[in-house]
Amino acid sequence: MSKKMHIKLNVNGKDEEFLAEPRELLIYTLRERLNITGPHIGCDTSHCGACTVTINGKSVKSCTMFAAQADGAEITTIEGIGGADELHPLQTAFKEHHGLQCGFCTPGMITRATKLLEENPDPTEEEIRFGMAGNICRCTGYQNIVKSIRAAAAEMNAAKEAAE
Amino acid sequence: MIPAVFEYYRPKDMAGVLSLLEEHGDDARVMAGGHSLIPLMKLRMADVPHLIDLQDVGGLSGIDIGSDSIRIGAMVTQSDIIDHAGLASAAPILREAALQIADPQVRYMGTVGGNVANGDPGNDMPGLMQCLNATFAVIGPDGERDIPAREFYEAAYMTAREDEEVLTAVTIPLPRGGYAYEKQKRKIGDYATAAAAVQIVRDGDTCASASIAMTNLSDTPIYSEEAGTALVGTSVDDAALKAAATAMLGDIDPTEDNRGPVAFKNHVAGVILRRAIERAWSRA
Ligand SMILES: Cc1cc2nc3c(=O)[nH]c(=O)nc-3n(C[C@H](O)[C@H](O)[C@H](O)COP(=O)(O)OP(=O)(O)OC[C@H]3O[C@@H](n4cnc5c(N)ncnc54)[C@H](O)[C@@H]3O)c2cc1C
Ligand code: FES
Ligand code: FES
Repeated sequence: MSKKMHIKLNVNGKDEEFLAEPRELLIYTLRERLNITGPHIGCDTSHCGACTVTINGKSVKSCTMFAAQADGAEITTIEGIGGADELHPLQTAFKEHHGLQCGFCTPGMITRATKLLEENPDPTEEEIRFGMAGNICRCTGYQNIVKSIRAAAAEMNAAKEAAE
Repeated sequence: MIPAVFEYYRPKDMAGVLSLLEEHGDDARVMAGGHSLIPLMKLRMADVPHLIDLQDVGGLSGIDIGSDSIRIGAMVTQSDIIDHAGLASAAPILREAALQIADPQVRYMGTVGGNVANGDPGNDMPGLMQCLNATFAVIGPDGERDIPAREFYEAAYMTAREDEEVLTAVTIPLPRGGYAYEKQKRKIGDYATAAAAVQIVRDGDTCASASIAMTNLSDTPIYSEEAGTALVGTSVDDAALKAAATAMLGDIDPTEDNRGPVAFKNHVAGVILRRAIERAWSRA
C-alpha cells in the first residue's frame, strides 16, 4: 500500500476531509466513502457518463479522476442539485416528459444538463444532442431526454424573465 | 477497476517535476488531464509507480496569438480551444478538430500536451499538428529543445520525447488559406476510422500550396507531402483529387481491427480526404 494522502473536498456545500490512497477514484470516494450514491458506475471505462459530477465548474466523469486530483475542489452531484422536497426544473421536466425509464443514467444526465444550460441557456435540439454526447442512455432513445432539457430551459428562462 | 498502487505528486513548478522525473526514471510519468492515462492505469495496461500531476505547474495554460505564430501551452484543454474566440479566427481548424474529439466531459479534461505527447495513433491532434507544421517545445534535465511535429512520432506510443522530458507548448506558424478537419467515426466520442487535416492556399484559380496529414491509418500520424504536392498548380479538379488520394494511399499503412479490414480503411481514407480537400478548397 502506498502512503495515504490527506484530502479535502467540498461536496454539495459540505466540507469533507479524509485519508485515502492516491489510487482511490473519485466515484468510489463519493459512493463508498461519503455515501453519495447518486453518481453511478455504468461502464467504468470513461464512456457512459453515469458517473458525471461537476468539479470546479466542469462536467467530469468521476470514474476517470483520482480523489487526490480533486483535492481542494468544489464538487456538485445530483444530491446537490435538488431533492424530493424541492426538485430542480430539470428534475421536474425529466419527470413530466418521461426523460427516464430505469433511471440509471439520470443523475449523470441531469448533472451534465445543469452545466450545459449554464453555458447555453437556450440550446437547440442539435446543441442539446451534441452537448449531452458524453452521456449514454440504454432505455429512452434520447427523444424524451432532449424534450425534457428543452422544457427545463424554457421553464428556467421564463422564471429568470419573471424575476427581472 | 482499480489501478495498481502508486505514489502521487503535485509539484508547484517545473523544477519540481523534473527532479521527480530524474529521481524515479522510468517509474515516473507525468499526468495532464488523465483521460488517456487513467483508463490505461485502470486496465493495468500502464504501470506508473510514481504519478506526477501537472495541474499546479504554472505557465502551461496560455494561448498566445502572435503576428506569425500561435503558442499553445501544454495544459490548454480541448474545451479551452473551442471557447477561445481569437483562436477560432486565427486557426479555425483547431476548433473544428477539437469539436470532433471525444465528448464534452472528456474535452474539459483532455489537454493539447497530453493529446500530442501520448503517441496513440488514434489521437486527433498529432496529425493536425503535422498538417500545421507545428513544433513541440520540451524541457528536460539538459534544458529546452524544439521538436518538429513531423519528426516527433516514431511508432505507437514511441516519440522523440525522452522519458525525463516534459512537453511545455505547441507552436504553429499562423495558418493561411482554407482548412478542414474531416473525421469518420463509428459514433460520437469514438476515435477515427480515418481522419484528414487539410490546409490549402489558393492563388486565383490554382492551388498554391497544400498540407495534408492523416490520422489512425498507421502506427503514427501520416504527413503526406506527396498528397499535398499533387494538388499544387492544379485547379483542384477531379484528376487532382484522385492524384492526391492515390499519393496519400501510398503513404498510409492501416491494419485490420474492430474499425474494419484494410480495404475498408483505405476506402474510407480516400473518401475522407476528398471531402476534406473539397471543403478546405471551398474555404480557401
Ligand atoms: C471516452 C474517450 C474518448 C476519447 N476520444 C478521443 C478522440 O476521439 N480523439 C482524441 O484525440 N482523443 C480522444 N480521447 C483522448 C483524450 O483526448 C485525452 O484526454 C488525450 O488524448 C490526452 O490528454 P490528457 O491531458 O488527458 O493526457 P493524459 O492522459 O494525462 O496523458 C497522456 C499521456 O501523455 C503524457 N503526457 C501528458 N502531458 C504531458 C506533457 N505535458 N509532457 C509529456 N508527456 C505528457 C502522459 O504521461 C501520458 O503518457 C478520448 C478519451 C476518452 C476517455
Ligand atoms: S462509469 Fe464513468 S463514464 Fe461510465
Ligand atoms: S433511463 Fe435507463 S439508462 Fe437511461
